[in-house]
Amino acid sequence: MGNYLLTVITFLPAVASLGLLVMRREDHIWIRRFALTAALADFALSLLLLPGFSSNYAGYQMVERREWISSPPIAYHLGVDGISLFLVLLTTFLTPIALLASWKSIEKHVREFFLMLLVLETGMIGVFLALDLFLFFVFWEVMLVPMYFLIGVWGHERRVYAAIKFVLFTMAGSVLMLVAILWLYNLTGTFDLTTIQALLHSGMRPLNETTELLLFGAFFLAFAIKVPLFPLHTWLPDAHVEAPTAGSVILAGILLKMGTYGLLRFCLPLFPQAAKTLAPYIVVLAIIGILYGALVAMVQPDLKKLIAYSSVSHLGFVVLGIFAFNAISIQGAIYQMLNHGVSTGALFLVAGMLYDRRHTHMISEFGGLATPMPTLSAFFLYICLSSLGLPMLNGFVGEFLILAGTFQRNHTWAAFAAVGVILSAVYLLWAYQRAFFGGVTHEKNRELPDASARERIILITMAVVILWMGIASPMFTSRMSAATNNLLQQIEPAGPINAAAPGGVPVASKVLLPGGRAVALPATGSTGAR
Amino acid sequence: MPPLDDYFQLAPEILAGLFGVLVMLAEPFVSREHKGWLARVGVLGAAMSLAAVTLPALYPGKAFSGLILVDGVSVGMRVLIYGVALLVMLASYEYLQRDHLPLGEYYALVLFGAVGMGVMASANELITVFIGLEISSISTYILAGYRRDVLRSNEAAMKYFLLGSFATAFFLYGVAMVYGATGTTWLDALRPKIAAADSLLVTLGLGLMFVGLAFKIATVPFQVWTPDVYEGAPSPVTALLSTGPKAAAVAVALRVFFTAFPDLGDTWHHIFYFSAILTMFVGNLAALVQTSVKRLLAYSSIAHVGYILVAFAAGNELGIAAILFYLFAYAMMKLGAFTIVAHLGGAGEQRVGINDYAGLGWQQPAVGFCLSLYLLSLLGLPLTAGFVGKIYLLDAALKSDLVWLAVLMVINTLISAYYYLRVIRMMYFSEPLKEWPAVPVPMAVGAVLLVTAAGILYLGVFPTRLMDWAAQAALSLR
Repeated sequence: MGNYLLTVITFLPAVASLGLLVMRREDHIWIRRFALTAALADFALSLLLLPGFSSNYAGYQMVERREWISSPPIAYHLGVDGISLFLVLLTTFLTPIALLASWKSIEKHVREFFLMLLVLETGMIGVFLALDLFLFFVFWEVMLVPMYFLIGVWGHERRVYAAIKFVLFTMAGSVLMLVAILWLYNLTGTFDLTTIQALLHSGMRPLNETTELLLFGAFFLAFAIKVPLFPLHTWLPDAHVEAPTAGSVILAGILLKMGTYGLLRFCLPLFPQAAKTLAPYIVVLAIIGILYGALVAMVQPDLKKLIAYSSVSHLGFVVLGIFAFNAISIQGAIYQMLNHGVSTGALFLVAGMLYDRRHTHMISEFGGLATPMPTLSAFFLYICLSSLGLPMLNGFVGEFLILAGTFQRNHTWAAFAAVGVILSAVYLLWAYQRAFFGGVTHEKNRELPDASARERIILITMAVVILWMGIASPMFTSRMSAATNNLLQQIEPAGPINAAAPGGVPVASKVLLPGGRAVALPATGSTGAR
Repeated sequence: MPPLDDYFQLAPEILAGLFGVLVMLAEPFVSREHKGWLARVGVLGAAMSLAAVTLPALYPGKAFSGLILVDGVSVGMRVLIYGVALLVMLASYEYLQRDHLPLGEYYALVLFGAVGMGVMASANELITVFIGLEISSISTYILAGYRRDVLRSNEAAMKYFLLGSFATAFFLYGVAMVYGATGTTWLDALRPKIAAADSLLVTLGLGLMFVGLAFKIATVPFQVWTPDVYEGAPSPVTALLSTGPKAAAVAVALRVFFTAFPDLGDTWHHIFYFSAILTMFVGNLAALVQTSVKRLLAYSSIAHVGYILVAFAAGNELGIAAILFYLFAYAMMKLGAFTIVAHLGGAGEQRVGINDYAGLGWQQPAVGFCLSLYLLSLLGLPLTAGFVGKIYLLDAALKSDLVWLAVLMVINTLISAYYYLRVIRMMYFSEPLKEWPAVPVPMAVGAVLLVTAAGILYLGVFPTRLMDWAAQAALSLR
């Protein structure tokens, strides 16, 4: 199986979803158990990626390549590197959590719900692993269908509007990306990412400046909508608020990462010149997104909307980190992608638990919830703290790396972005205070049950991961660094801006974190401490 | 007396014609309760004709002194045409029984129509094209008005007949002018004679032929009849109208514009370019506001013709191959979709509104799945034939550096997403209506849905074989 590990991980959920089809519609318990087993099995399989993964190798690993369509030459080409490795793990980790979160709250069309979630998982993993532009596009687009149904069928009141808005926004970007992909194919004669990259870099198929800008723009638009980058974010609050809990978790946890992943995987390495030309403008948009998202989140009366806008803010950090073109900031961006997936996913999970009890997301409907449900409120606080970047927890590592890297590049950018960190504390803690502290303001809330055993399992799992990512970050960054450095080499062939001078002592190879733990930064192999 | 081989090359047409005559002659002698046999004989005829396409495939070349040319295009289009005829016949039985429409003539007319289309797809000479065009048109005029008690159906037939007659007249007039200028009506002999001919007369003749064909395949501004006719005609007939004659007319257009008049220059390129843009936009924008699924699909067919015109504008070999591929993909999606419209319509086609499809996906999961698949394929989502077809069309456009046309095409795809998804939304995001109970799917309809759905998925995942054929066929046109 070793050679087919990526294929198995990708398609196991889809195959399992076929298994659901032969089960009886009313057999809800077994449908749930079966789906959960499949998702957990997929997670277990994806963990096998870790021992097989070599941290020192910058290229794609465990590559699988097969001819698929002969004309035009399209290959089934999968591979994993330091950028996609943990995103795959994040996907396989969050899917069973999302399944578990939907255990009770989904009552109608149960079989189809789990089926859609599993199909979605296949699509998402495929996006992260595909190394053929055509194959990538196939996964990218196919994934729209299950998400459309998840929001539209199992969502809340304005689900129909939110579902169609989600699809139209995403497609608006992706159709232009399709033209760009075909254009690249016409220029280079292949859809293979590595080959195209080699052809463009070696100068065998040089792009003129306008073409490169147009191609970059087409790819960038598709990814920026997905991220979402200000001002293309308007679909996000609708989709998040209307989606069922599992949909929100997946959407925030993984789907948004596909945008930032696309920037790292395609926009930067394929069109480095255009990326460099446009970076200042993109960074400005990212910073606006950080501040705007945070400010709007602050005034949201709806808990889910608040979390949605916080995503706009957090993803702004990620885009900032990517376009600061700095080894530290890019690593931070990848780390922040994972953090955001875990923390915001967890926030949506708790919001969903509250919704299951009260059938509302309005913060004003809560108040003093810490009295009836101490466990849930403790976990919520913990997750909030992780999201706002408390040291020791995961959010801090990502934000710190991004800001540290950006600061080396441009002080002003970092200064503005840092305000977002403060704002995130404001909106999260303020919302927490209104919902959980003080006396119970609504009689209905007095008798609410605390977290059930199933919910505790979910929350404890998330809490452990949050803590672990906060203190054991070298485990992650050491595996990313080879790929990120390689990426920077491609953007700046002369050498990464802040990487070590040849043979010299690296500018920043380790950052000390609270607790005396160190994060290995660029894989320059040095042990020098700062 | 032509040699025997010549008959092999027209074997499908001969068989279909014979079966059509048989069904028609037998009709008065078959008692009321045995009329079903007429349908079976008709289906058998179409199936045998489809099988008989292997004969011309084995004996490619010219026949009947060169009037008929059997090449890749001819064989492929005839597979498509007789396949469509067979599936339409299967899809029609339930419909005809439910509406108490006579069976005999119907099956005979579908067979005759297929004969005409088959001749069009294989003709190497303009008068032969015209004969095929007339055979197929006259059969389909009658079929469009087959619900003779229904006003709309009458209107459809009348409109189709009047405008269609004009179109064929235009075409014939164009043929006459081309003949006057060049002294030949042979498609493969025209090319060398054009240079010496009176260019005004040739241009006029070609223009008139273009108008005639444009009517048949419904490009803007010659599309006005399409929605009304497609809506008024019985749904299975609409399935036929939107696929078979279109494929045949496109085949003729390919021969005219790529074999006979390949060196047309910029003017014709611009005509195709702007026709493509107009046709895509008119079709898609009009489809946005429709409330009837049937009408929505009618406008969507117009839009799809626009996509095909993009490849005409590209004018390269890949474009021809893409068109041939797309015709197959398109035929399956449209055929499947209209079959479902016919199946659900109920007596007198009462249930055709988008709102009437509420909850269909939960009420009849298999039907809902198939319709969603057709719609997603029409929209061009990956893993469907529609997506691969669109990729080929776009690729052809980009090969000829028509980047902006490609961009306009994908923008149209985006527009179309709204209305295709509107139907899917109705089917899944709403609860079933009480007034429309689930309709059991008869075996024949089920077979049509299975074949088309499987075909769409197969071509969506493994397009290579069909595309290889299309690329070969495209070469044979030059």
